[in-house]
Amino acid sequence: MINLIYLTVLLPLVGFLINGVFGRKIKNEKIVGAIGAGAVGISFLIVVGAFFQTVGLPVEQRSNTVELFTWLSVAGLQVKFAYLVDQLSLTMALIVTGVGFLIHVYSIGYMHGDKGFWRFFAYLNLFIFAMMNLILGDNFVVLFLGWEGVGLCSYLLIGFWYDRKFEKGTTSQAAKKAFVVNRIGDFGFLLVMFLIYLTFDSLNFKEVFAKAASFPIAESTFGMIAIFLFIGATGKSAQIPLFVWLPDAMAGPTPVSALIHAATMVTAGVYMVSRASIIFAGAPAVMMIVAVVGLLTAILAASIGLVQNDIKKVLAYSTVSQLGYMFLAAGMGAFSASIFHVMTHAFFKALLFLGAGSVIHGMHEEQNIQKYGGLKKYMPRTYLTFFIATMAIAGVPGLSGFFSKDEILWNAYANGGFVFWLVGMITAMMTAFYMFRLLSLTFYGKERFDHHHIHPHESPAVMTVPLMVLALLSIIGGYIGLPKVFVGEHGNLFESWLEPIYEPAMRKLAHFGSHSHFEEILLMAVSVALALSAIYFALNVYKNKPEFAEKVSVKFSGLYKLLLNKYFIDEVYEAAIVQPIQKGSEKLLWKVADVTLIDGAVNGLAKLIDRISGSLRKIQSGIAQSYALIMMGGIALVILWLILSL
Amino acid sequence: MNIQLILFIVLAAVAAVTSVMMVTRKNAVISAVFLVLNFFSLAGLYLLLNAQFIAVVQVIVYAGAIMVLFLFVLMLLNTETEHKLFIDKKGIKFFAVLVSVFVFIELAYLIFRGSPSRTLTPNEIASVNSGTIQSIGQQLYTNYIIPFEVAGFLLLATTIGAMVLAKKKFE
Amino acid sequence: MSSVPMEYYLILSAFMFCVGVAGVLIRRNAIIVFMCIELMLNSANLTLVTFSSYLGNSIGQIFVFFVMTVAAAEAAAGLAIIIAIFRNKKTVNIDEINIFKW
Repeated sequence: MINLIYLTVLLPLVGFLINGVFGRKIKNEKIVGAIGAGAVGISFLIVVGAFFQTVGLPVEQRSNTVELFTWLSVAGLQVKFAYLVDQLSLTMALIVTGVGFLIHVYSIGYMHGDKGFWRFFAYLNLFIFAMMNLILGDNFVVLFLGWEGVGLCSYLLIGFWYDRKFEKGTTSQAAKKAFVVNRIGDFGFLLVMFLIYLTFDSLNFKEVFAKAASFPIAESTFGMIAIFLFIGATGKSAQIPLFVWLPDAMAGPTPVSALIHAATMVTAGVYMVSRASIIFAGAPAVMMIVAVVGLLTAILAASIGLVQNDIKKVLAYSTVSQLGYMFLAAGMGAFSASIFHVMTHAFFKALLFLGAGSVIHGMHEEQNIQKYGGLKKYMPRTYLTFFIATMAIAGVPGLSGFFSKDEILWNAYANGGFVFWLVGMITAMMTAFYMFRLLSLTFYGKERFDHHHIHPHESPAVMTVPLMVLALLSIIGGYIGLPKVFVGEHGNLFESWLEPIYEPAMRKLAHFGSHSHFEEILLMAVSVALALSAIYFALNVYKNKPEFAEKVSVKFSGLYKLLLNKYFIDEVYEAAIVQPIQKGSEKLLWKVADVTLIDGAVNGLAKLIDRISGSLRKIQSGIAQSYALIMMGGIALVILWLILSL
Repeated sequence: MNIQLILFIVLAAVAAVTSVMMVTRKNAVISAVFLVLNFFSLAGLYLLLNAQFIAVVQVIVYAGAIMVLFLFVLMLLNTETEHKLFIDKKGIKFFAVLVSVFVFIELAYLIFRGSPSRTLTPNEIASVNSGTIQSIGQQLYTNYIIPFEVAGFLLLATTIGAMVLAKKKFE
Repeated sequence: MSSVPMEYYLILSAFMFCVGVAGVLIRRNAIIVFMCIELMLNSANLTLVTFSSYLGNSIGQIFVFFVMTVAAAEAAAGLAIIIAIFRNKKTVNIDEINIFKW
């Protein structure tokens, strides 16, 4: 099965080609959907097979490379198109294909009747193809291929409903924003590839990381590489300062938000940081930057999420915040905890988005949670699964989110200090609060929608079954990564599974302070208590006393407005970056550089060539005989040369 | 002077003269007739070279089939004669003749410099045997069977192609 | 045969070839140009047969056989093209058929 891993990449590509080329001809939605979902489903089965095969191998043989062909061969640079099948890539592949498959199935129901049904599935499959390249690639170039590919798919899918309005602009503008912001991060990534090649003389993961672990390389070099890697990650994974695209990315269809902008693509940055753990381990200062940026992103996004009224916006900011958590964990050196959170987050956040999609579907495309209310009785299955996911993300003990979040918080405390833990904890409280606010406003309380026009209904089984599967995963997903304090040193299955990947980095870091079990359990208890109180508070306010929330927002109207407008970050960027660039481009680049210099040079050259060719074109008379004469003259000269060289 | 040399000189003179005549005649039909004469003299030269089969085929295919085709087309199109052969574009045409003459001088130099008759001692019997229909047929149907079939296929393809091209209108 | 030196045949062949070349370069009637090409082919055939005969090896003559086949095919296709051009342009003057450019 490991040898077949290339099929997991190929099948979605085939699906993309079939649906992309013939989709318009295939009128039947069922066939298009079956091709799209089937390709990913089979990929998932292959990944599962490869996973079990790998589990069956001894630990030291669990990292396998599947070489397909040599992609680039230029002087000293050899880039093979090869896939690395190891613990980390398999974990990510399981998440991507598994959750991806469920979302594909869900989309069959959600996109039913859309005129771009085939296009949607083609894009989704293309996305899976790119994402699998990203996580399976065995060198930075293949990774970059996937990296750019998912960016493209993200762009295509955000702008999928290109003819619809979105907020103040159109979906195309949101798509463009995502693409441009991502490009800034990609630029960092491109630079880092040059740096890595300069430093390590290779772009292959195994070679680079082996050299990084053993060669005496200056910390400043590591720092440069790590900081650019992280800039790349901030773009794709929506961290400060490049997170502004993700909330706008909600312009796309909801399954896209679930798949790309919650479960998989946005975690690519986390994956990359985790993959390059050894490089980050060589640059402790950058690790600290990663942790601080993650933490700030987490709390900033969570605070914005407190007051948003668009159901998808809330979830989007929640995603940004959770991604911040993942980077916090990575910055603290707890790489496996960050991947663990990637996994649990993929389950419950995909579930939340799909649940939101189900609600939006049932509410005739209404997305404002102030216009929901009391939907519990109309959509029992959606409600139940959404409730489970909300509890999971809020950190209610026993669900997956609790375990992963707790591990991150504990690592923040153990390796970062009390402040890190405190800020993380406040973020967790905010998360619990806004998620239960969302839950109450949507499913509890008075029905605030217009009964004459809107008739809420439960979604079809093709949509609710994936919800249930994800709900199940959200509950049990955490039990493979139980805290060590309960199960002993090797009891955390997830961590011991990933341990070989991070082993070199861990040896380099080796700054883990020892803390007593008592401390850990105490902190855990505190976080549970705080989360539960936040939940209680949210339920109490929004379920029973909605007027109280109104009062608070009036009293602190300044703060409320600040949060509602997302700290005016978009406006600041617009004024500080976008406008100057636009003005500068217009005045200097366009009028001076482009029109005068470049156009002048190009037109001048063109005129020159025009004159030369004007005289040369007389040779090309189009008369065959003159061609033959020239050819004969050439032959005569060749024979002459032959004679002279005898 | 033996009979072979006399025959060669006669045939070669005919071939040379008819080729020049063919190129210089204004009327295309007369040109074609000179070309037929040229082909006949070539067939005679082939016989002189003991190449019986090729000589016969030369008469049948070239002088017979191909030239008849040419004459048919000439009659069909009924083109006007080229009156002013050297008047138009005089410079270029003069240059063209110059190039041809130059190439001929070069080739002649190469031929006499190499003078293959110094190194080749012709074997009359082998030469006679190699030109018979038997030996050529044997070769064609054994060693060269695939090129032979390909040539057949080429003829078929050209037949169809010529018919398509010559059809009145393209749909 | 042996009393005629091989160079004579080759010189004759070269002469015919060059006459053919000159014809291709100076004649304007497409059919005559075509006939000149046939002349060039024949001069090449003469060389092949000469060598075949003087070497006592029939392969050269087999090659001539194939050349003739191709020449026949070429004549058929080429004349068909000339007819097609004549139908469109009402001329076979290749100075006026300058479609080798755009």
